[in-house]
Amino acid sequence: MQDILMIEDEVNIAEAVRFILSREGWQVALHADGAGALEAIRHHRPRLLILDLMLPNRSGTEVLADLRADPDAELAATPVLMLTARGQVDDAAAQADHVLSKPFDNADLRAIVRGMLG
Amino acid sequence: MTECSTPSVLTGTRIRERRLSLSRRQSDIARAVGISPAYLNLIEHNRRPVSPELVARLAEELDVPADELAEGREEVRIAALREAAAHPVASGLSPELDQVTELLARFPGWGQVLIAHARRAGGLEHQLVDLSDRMTQDPYLLTTLHEVLSAVTAVRSTAAILVEEGEISDEWRRRFHTNLHQDSQRLSMTAQALVAYLDSFEAEGSAATPQEEVEAWLASGASDAEITRLASDAARGMAAGLQADLDADRAVLPDQALSDAVTNPEARADPVRLAARLDMPLDLVMRRLADLRPAGYEGAGLLVCDGSGALTLRRAASGFPLPRPGDSCALLPLYQALAVPQMALVRDVVTPDGRGFRTFSHATRSQPRGISGPLLTTARMLFMPIDGPAPADALAIGPACRICSRAECPARREPSILVPQPARNGAVSRDL
Repeated sequence: MQDILMIEDEVNIAEAVRFILSREGWQVALHADGAGALEAIRHHRPRLLILDLMLPNRSGTEVLADLRADPDAELAATPVLMLTARGQVDDAAAQADHVLSKPFDNADLRAIVRGMLG
Repeated sequence: MTECSTPSVLTGTRIRERRLSLSRRQSDIARAVGISPAYLNLIEHNRRPVSPELVARLAEELDVPADELAEGREEVRIAALREAAAHPVASGLSPELDQVTELLARFPGWGQVLIAHARRAGGLEHQLVDLSDRMTQDPYLLTTLHEVLSAVTAVRSTAAILVEEGEISDEWRRRFHTNLHQDSQRLSMTAQALVAYLDSFEAEGSAATPQEEVEAWLASGASDAEITRLASDAARGMAAGLQADLDADRAVLPDQALSDAVTNPEARADPVRLAARLDMPLDLVMRRLADLRPAGYEGAGLLVCDGSGALTLRRAASGFPLPRPGDSCALLPLYQALAVPQMALVRDVVTPDGRGFRTFSHATRSQPRGISGPLLTTARMLFMPIDGPAPADALAIGPACRICSRAECPARREPSILVPQPARNGAVSRDL
């Protein structure tokens, strides 16, 4: 099991986030596409999913809906931190446990992840 | 595109009067609008029909509103004052509509001031709606803004790592420097592209998408020569495809055959009977009616949508609030036709400013990839202005909810930005 799976198509953002969170001692896996996202989540079974809203092929909102509808109840309940480029949280993104707007402060990201992973 | 006649035979006289008042020569005007002087002479003497597209070109050359050429100044002014009185901002007021003519006769200056203000308000409202549409729906703008935000996010997080994270290996430091360089270049290019795009907003009425370019080309007469002047490859490809479709339709149902068929009063009033009389498919007949606009179908417009409701073609009819792709009135009979394929529907509708239109809608289904392939549905709505007031039982339609002034609508999706509306009602709240 990975600590964190990040689904983000912007490579440089993903790299920066992985660096920041790895320094806290968490293991971070990356996936860059909305397509195959649910398979990646099943494969890694992360304790926390960091999910970008605007993904190619399948949006973060759709990926989240798929996850919450998964028959594996434990997987479906995976805590999700949604990264959004929009200032407003729409109804679908409200299914996430946390929403963080881009651009974000690294310290805020760290604090939210620490709070969610306990 | 085939030209068609406007209802008034006096249009030619108005063109002549306007030209003479400007001391312009017939040959100069004719050359400017792309017709022969002899043809313009026939038009000016009301001996040749003049299409709405040609009226528009003549109006531009003669520096006069097109509706004044087509309908006459007095009628246009009366209509403009009535339109101003029908605007939602005047709801609750009681302007003396029966005295409009007297107002214009006794106080022509004040009348013109009122009309000028109403037109300016209408223009600003149109611009507001256009900009609002672009800001909320324009895929290019949304994608570009997302690109900017992504680059800013990467720059901010990476720069903060370099400044705040203390000891970092040389390899990571080099990597982050490279990332910063890449993202700053991306940000610079995207910002330039965004500024250039926003600058284009100043060109009022400029076509923004390939579909809008093609619709503007259709409205201006759909000439082959103009296709190469369209701005984008996508628009040129779409226009060429549409032109081929129009030509194919004309080959199957020539102008003369259609014009002859509509001389029969029963067939003219009913496209289903017309199609039966011609022994042609109804969808073909509807497309040809919108293209040729023969007697009884002057000023006709056409909307076409696919099975998802996405509009694939919009041909304007004067005074009809053309829906935006992806954001149209759910009450349009076009969408009702999707629910009952192969059945023709006739329905009178009324727009928020009180104009009535008769609509004919029909949906067809096809399986272009054979029996195992997907089932595709296409709906068409032909619509024509109704002379005189709209019938009392006409269906109240509007533009997109955001710019629709109808407070009580069972299909409202979101509040209007033009008139205060209840925050949520009807279709929205029931589905959440």
